[in-house]
Amino acid sequence: MNTLMKMTKSNMNQYKRSALWSYGITIAGFVIVSIMVSAGLISNSLQGQLVPICAYISLAVSLNLVVGISGELSLGHAGFMAIGAFSGVIAATLFQSLPFLWVKLVIAILVGGLFAGVAGVIIGVPVLRLRGDYLAIVTLAFGEIIRNVLNVIYVGLDEKGLQVSTSMDGIHLSEQGSMILNGPMGATGVTKLSTFFAGFLLVMFTLFVVLNLINSKHGRAIMAMRDNRIAAESVGLSATNFKMTAFVTGAILAGMAGALFALNYSTVAPVKFNFNTSIFILVFVVLGGIGNITGSIISAAVLTILPEALRQFSDYRMLTYAIVLIIVMLATNNPQLKALTAAASKQFKAKFSRTRVYKRPQKADEEMGGTK
Amino acid sequence: MKTVRAHGVKGMLKRALAVVMAGTMVLSMAACGSEAEPAAESGSATVKIGGIGPLTGSAAVYGNAVYHGAQIAVDEINAKDPNFQFELNFQDDENDAEKAVNAYQKLKDWGVQLLLGTVTTTPCVAVSAETFADRVFELTPSASSTDVTKGKDNVFQLCFTDPNQGTTAAKYLVDNNLGEKIAVIYNNADAYSTGIYNAFTAELKKSGKDVVYTGTFSSDDNADFSVQLTGAQSAGADLVFMPIYYTPASMILAQASKMNYAPTFFGVDGMDGILAMEGFNKDLAENLMLMTPFNPWSKDEKVAAFVKTYEEKYGETPNQFAADAYDVVYAFYAACQAKGVTAETPASDACEAFVEYFTTEAKFDGLTGKGMTWGTNGEVSKDPVVCVIQGGIYVDR
Repeated sequence: MNTLMKMTKSNMNQYKRSALWSYGITIAGFVIVSIMVSAGLISNSLQGQLVPICAYISLAVSLNLVVGISGELSLGHAGFMAIGAFSGVIAATLFQSLPFLWVKLVIAILVGGLFAGVAGVIIGVPVLRLRGDYLAIVTLAFGEIIRNVLNVIYVGLDEKGLQVSTSMDGIHLSEQGSMILNGPMGATGVTKLSTFFAGFLLVMFTLFVVLNLINSKHGRAIMAMRDNRIAAESVGLSATNFKMTAFVTGAILAGMAGALFALNYSTVAPVKFNFNTSIFILVFVVLGGIGNITGSIISAAVLTILPEALRQFSDYRMLTYAIVLIIVMLATNNPQLKALTAAASKQFKAKFSRTRVYKRPQKADEEMGGTK
Repeated sequence: MKTVRAHGVKGMLKRALAVVMAGTMVLSMAACGSEAEPAAESGSATVKIGGIGPLTGSAAVYGNAVYHGAQIAVDEINAKDPNFQFELNFQDDENDAEKAVNAYQKLKDWGVQLLLGTVTTTPCVAVSAETFADRVFELTPSASSTDVTKGKDNVFQLCFTDPNQGTTAAKYLVDNNLGEKIAVIYNNADAYSTGIYNAFTAELKKSGKDVVYTGTFSSDDNADFSVQLTGAQSAGADLVFMPIYYTPASMILAQASKMNYAPTFFGVDGMDGILAMEGFNKDLAENLMLMTPFNPWSKDEKVAAFVKTYEEKYGETPNQFAADAYDVVYAFYAACQAKGVTAETPASDACEAFVEYFTTEAKFDGLTGKGMTWGTNGEVSKDPVVCVIQGGIYVDR
């Protein structure tokens, strides 16, 4: 009993440290960038990417909840982002007469999260009955289905209200009316509402939700389910319930990030949310470390900036990007470098606190065995 | 527990190291990159034209054509006029709105004065909202949706708008009595294709005709068209209107010929380029009609000179995207001369001067049309040209 108490206590401390790292990096990043912006030290190129970076961080953290914590490989995250993006744009247009920009933005983000959450429930029920590869393939399929459905959704708005149809002919607008969603053209003429500060708050909110969920009773049940489903079920935990919690939370947060992303541009088209975007977000998660929230934050930020920073290479830009990705992957798995970092870590140990990796223990043990 | 903790520290360091490595890589490479970049070519002050378009990805054909066409015009002007120098900085957007805005921000850091582009529609809508806010003049060679210019006084088009093309095509078919029964095959997942289709059917309805069959496909499944072609054939269509790009169109032509179905095929400007396609049997395109503003086999002197330079430099026949881009640069040149815009003029001043010039005095003769003028809505007004392919070249009708 005593040891168990101790373990829980040390778990708590680890959790607190890792959470502090995540919050700390986000706040520090925000403060530094804000100061640089006000001092005019930052290029237009970087400044234009601040909001997408915030959106991608939220997406990566929310996907990490599904992939890393719940242990289900989801390849359809861009689908939830798309639902959040388009419902957010419609909400922002519907409430465009409201006085304050931020009121509209908050409403749009909440609506985006709500719709994505509903979609998460609808998709989660059949999908989470599957496991492993099958689940991955079905999430991929649902991501594509969402995009293809959005391709044939036409939404118009006039003084009588919203009109929704699957073709242009189904919409009869009055003189004052205008189209909000135009099938494959998506939404055009969107009023830009997103700001860096709003993005920062969304990242903080995402971290707050995800980190607290991980450390809750639910979170421990989710991780137990991931590590050994049979054992977890044998003590009375409901697999579907807990997996749904993680999946739907991930979907809601992705929807909110999608709304933030869409409202940063004057146009958004369904083609943006294709399979590539899902993979793009997954790459953030994998490169940052599956189950590692702080890693997701850093890798999402770095990998969003990287392709733009490589523009000097013109023709070889994407090639260089791919090479950098490979090098990062190799470097983080290199035994010599690992030994180096292990040596360095001894010196750091005394001074610095630690971040906890929410990894499968079995895997961690293997790695320990390798480097001992 | 201790071991797991140690792992945690290592994991963190590992990642920190990864980030640092990535960072140094980027920095060192960026340093190499800037060294390799050519310094201002002429040495004297240049008027900076920024270009944005897809140089990679599925739409790269259009972006590269625009880039090459514009580069030829810039080189010509720089060689001809020692007192006036252009510099072109063309950035890739992969046909993606987000990347296009990033590319535009990059060009802003570079000090862009005039923007050529963007090439494709959705990115152009996103970028034009930015240029409108920043007051940078924008003339797109090929983004043809009306959303590009809507509500933005600083954005102009050199190509026809999608609805304009659809309407003109419908009028042309009716006026020339080309088809008794008309079928349409279009890409319903594509903004360009849907835009033309909607205007086309609306105009056709006005003149009392109806479409007997509508076949759709999407960008993802464009390999097999037997369903659409059988549909058109069994509906008895003697004219098939194809407001689509040439890659799927080439497959439609090939499959129709296998089925022994030979209606009149009628395309729009996206059809341009079909003859240059690798592995395409040009006989299949015989008697294909298309609306295009640019005929590379035209007898026109300027066109012949442009086509010759382009072929020498890039080893292929230019399409209308290249010609449009060439015209854009010359339109910039004409406006710079008329309004006295130089390298020292700030982008916002150049923008106001250009807007005034394009809406009032501009009357521009280019490769893609004579006496082009622009309305305050940014749309160009020029005559459409319908060509028919005979013996592997375009012949004006």
